Amino acid sequence: MINWMQTYLLRHLQVFFYSLGQLMRSPFSMLMTSAVIGIALALPTGLHIILKNMQTISGDIDSAAQISLFLKKSTSDTQAQQLITQLKAMPQINNVQYVSRQQALAEFKRLSGFGDALKALEKNPLPAVIVVQPSISQAGGAISNSRATELLVEQLQAKPYVDIAQLDMQWIKRLYSIMDIIRRGVIILSGLLALAVLLVVGNTIRLAIQNRRDEIVIIKLIGGTDRFIRRPFLYTGFWYGLFGGLIALFLVISSLLLLSGPIEALTQSYESEFSMQIIDFNSTLWLLGGSILLGLAGSWLAVERHLREIEPT
Amino acid sequence: MIRFSHASKRYPGGFDALQDINFHMSPGEMAFLTGHSGAGKSTLLKLIALIERASRGQVIVNGQNLAKISRRKIPFHRRNVGMIFQDHQLLFDRTVFDNVALPLVISGLSHNEIGKKVRASLDMVGLLSKERAYPITLSGGEQQRVGIARAVVNKPALLLADEPTGNLDPELSREIMSIFEQFSQVGVTVLIASHDIDLINHLPYRILTLKNARLSHDSAVVAQP
Repeated sequence: MINWMQTYLLRHLQVFFYSLGQLMRSPFSMLMTSAVIGIALALPTGLHIILKNMQTISGDIDSAAQISLFLKKSTSDTQAQQLITQLKAMPQINNVQYVSRQQALAEFKRLSGFGDALKALEKNPLPAVIVVQPSISQAGGAISNSRATELLVEQLQAKPYVDIAQLDMQWIKRLYSIMDIIRRGVIILSGLLALAVLLVVGNTIRLAIQNRRDEIVIIKLIGGTDRFIRRPFLYTGFWYGLFGGLIALFLVISSLLLLSGPIEALTQSYESEFSMQIIDFNSTLWLLGGSILLGLAGSWLAVERHLREIEPT
Repeated sequence: MIRFSHASKRYPGGFDALQDINFHMSPGEMAFLTGHSGAGKSTLLKLIALIERASRGQVIVNGQNLAKISRRKIPFHRRNVGMIFQDHQLLFDRTVFDNVALPLVISGLSHNEIGKKVRASLDMVGLLSKERAYPITLSGGEQQRVGIARAVVNKPALLLADEPTGNLDPELSREIMSIFEQFSQVGVTVLIASHDIDLINHLPYRILTLKNARLSHDSAVVAQP
């Protein structure tokens, strides 16, 4: 039994490396096919990783949900300070930051680049703002958090001197729905490109089968089973999948490394301590495993379809 | 070893390649199958090797009714039937050794066993010195002997040869025939299709003659009235 297992494993191992050797005989066409697979797989993988990075960024933003209280323009600084002491006493509020009208104007000039245009205005058009950091966002689930935050917004809206209480969450919600659209897009794209890989491998194996038609006939004549004939083609599919996956991995890593510099510069301009993650172990495993599986499945389809057609006559 | 009873083969389109064939070969017997081209020699061999199936009647090989062998079991049947072809059917991208080893590799033998059996088989056909050569570098007679070595390497009980001397000169043909005689002497049943009447008439073996898809003459039957 053990002996039989040994020969069985040995035979598989032989075919495993034999099929690799066969591929290496024509390295150029092997590389071409693998590159097609690699490019097809690199696209969804790259998008997936970018999406993952976007989620970490938006996660940071999520915890930084703030409520901006725009004060009525008639409010004086002392009145504003009264309101601030009142707010600080509220348990739902973690931190309060006051931006006076002058400060708001200075900041706006600095950030917007409209400084000269603003000089033309006689009066400061900007209201004073109190930025409120809710303390409730630290605990509890996301939904209960957003409910509580909305309740707080309503309370703050009712305070004196407050013109508008605005929760800076709207754009996060929009970002989430945009990301949801992109995520689905990536899934659809992945599905289509996986199908493409399947067809590329299937077609390549089909050609390999036709090229070795005589050999298959001879093997059938001297008593080779379908499994015996199928094996080298399946392993060829495996190798295509593996090399395609490795090429995809290389493409993803090098493209993201190229992108990571500008992206980090961009996020730093938002004062975010974001560092781009290129590809993690799990994604690597998924990519390689997936591409090997696609290679095997593609060759299986081709072999099942075409091996039966070849019979000695 | 081989028994045909009322076996017929009609190809799709209505062409009758064999009609009502009856004969029996005992284990260890050697016989020639002859007739004009198109008389059905190849078809008869194909029925035995299950490359084709009989449309009617029975073909029994080694006690097994071939009609009962499913598609999946065909390879295992063929492993018991050594086949030799006029065009040798060798793999030109592999060495002589690898060509002869193929049936053993298919059967899943270990490396050591394969080496021993392949060399024994090559020795029998006198090609031991050529094991590392590629078939393309060999003469027609040598290629045919590689084909024979491959057919007998896993010691089948039955050997079929389709025009094995078709492309060879008389000298080489006799040589090939004497190899077949050796196998017959050790108990292998040998059936050789050949239209080389001169050659086979000089040999003391049974001759089955096909004419227009029918068995027109069987020297064994005539011998015992």
